[in-house]
Amino acid sequence: MGKPIKIRAKIKGDFAEIKALMPHDMESGLRMNPATNQPYPAHYITDFVAELNGEVVMTAYWGQAVSKNPYVSFSIKGAVAGDTVTLRWNDNKGDSSEKEVVLK
Amino acid sequence: MHRRLLLKGIVALGAMAAWPRLLWASRPDAAFIADNAEDAIMAVFGQMPVASEQIKLKIPDIAENGAVVPVTVSTDLADVESISIVVVNNPTPFVASFDMGPRMVPIVSVRIKMGQSSQVLALVKAGGTLYSTSRDVKVTIGGCGG
Repeated sequence: MGKPIKIRAKIKGDFAEIKALMPHDMESGLRMNPATNQPYPAHYITDFVAELNGEVVMTAYWGQAVSKNPYVSFSIKGAVAGDTVTLRWNDNKGDSSEKEVVLK
Repeated sequence: MHRRLLLKGIVALGAMAAWPRLLWASRPDAAFIADNAEDAIMAVFGQMPVASEQIKLKIPDIAENGAVVPVTVSTDLADVESISIVVVNNPTPFVASFDMGPRMVPIVSVRIKMGQSSQVLALVKAGGTLYSTSRDVKVTIGGCGG
């Protein structure tokens, strides 16, 4: 199980702005370990999904070039207080993490 | 027996039709391993973008730390299907793609790595056509190797 996603969600008029921070190494596979002279194995989030009340509203596909501890923000139209936003990621090693927040 | 099979077929077709638009093809793995921008873009979209002034790419002109470069892409285009980011000079240029359902406001922010100074492309697929805008970003310290 991956580390928990941190979410900040705020309703701004007719949309909800979601900001998420995902603690994750996002190791590119290119960075050398000076001790062994071998690259650190690639370990990065490949898929990131956002759901509103259980319905997928956005699917993101990421490569190695998303920064360590990815931060992402986006906005969902017509989301109102009481709606549930669920965020989930999967990485290339089969780890995953999921978190939901209720908008208020 | 035949009727039951037929029924199953109809139910399956219905399920396929109900499958939300683009939600979603699988991850375009070929794009993420392509070592040049054109191959990567073709692998995902099967078309090269046309320049659009209706896309806004917000990114620093000079990125002191290539490991963390904040990017925001937004657009006035209608019927946005996806927003993608490509760093032309990265070892694998295709950085990220966000498939947007109809509930999404067409704006997304993310932080990316840049190995060296590069042209950065923001791609927006809208109404079946791929559009882009680009910016040149100077990187002081690269963020890929190390």
